[in-house]
Amino acid sequence: MPIFQPFTISIRSDQMAVRSALKDVLSGLGPLELGSEEAGTVELVLAEALNNVVEHAYTDTETVGDISIACSHERDGLHVQITDQGKAMPNGTPPLGQPAEVDVEFDDLPEGGFGWFLIKDLAKDVSYERVGSENQLSIRLAVAIPTSDAGKSPS
Amino acid sequence: MQLSTKTEEQLRIVSVRGERIDAAVALEFKDAMRVQTEDGPKTVVLDLSEVQFIDSSGLGAIVAAMKNLGMDRKMALAGLTPTVARVFQLTRMDSVFSVFPTLDGALDELRL
Repeated sequence: MPIFQPFTISIRSDQMAVRSALKDVLSGLGPLELGSEEAGTVELVLAEALNNVVEHAYTDTETVGDISIACSHERDGLHVQITDQGKAMPNGTPPLGQPAEVDVEFDDLPEGGFGWFLIKDLAKDVSYERVGSENQLSIRLAVAIPTSDAGKSPS
Repeated sequence: MQLSTKTEEQLRIVSVRGERIDAAVALEFKDAMRVQTEDGPKTVVLDLSEVQFIDSSGLGAIVAAMKNLGMDRKMALAGLTPTVARVFQLTRMDSVFSVFPTLDGALDELRL
């Protein structure tokens, strides 16, 4: 039995809307009773993924569209699918997400390029598909996983 | 994005009055930091104790603010909440700044 019914939140592609979507997602995940570290992980991964859509998929302000965030909980964790109708990922695949170089000259210290690293570092599975004119990014986060099913009565 | 600033003889303490440094306010934060640190003491202490969340845009803006000081001045970070500290650790950017768990601890250490 899932702990909560799957839900979907849709927003207009916009950075302030991303903020309120994150708040809504986290409150929707309330029944999972995530600890603060797990909640922080979920919020960070989703923030990075959603900001990428705002910044890179809907680059043209005249054709800004919607982003939808679908959440469900399964035995192996939290599944989130983010879909948008913006531009496809370059080469049809997400960036590798290499860690940014920190052992560099002062002027070369990175001011960006942390996003995909954080997503891939913190999420368990990340997959991307372009379906027609839609981007579908699926993320699994290993949070709220029962440590053992032993001793539980069958539901 | 509100910042409050206090200047001591050797230190400028900039406290972020807000819970988030994210993509929505990263540019605003960078600009406000530039204004607050244009001149003044060599060492800037960025007090992050009220900040509960930063994303990669916020992290980039903090790095940009530090680079904006130039090599002759330095930026210390103080009062990182656990979630914020984790972003610095994961990206290894904690190795680029002096990081202090509390503002008081930073001031004790940095006041000469």
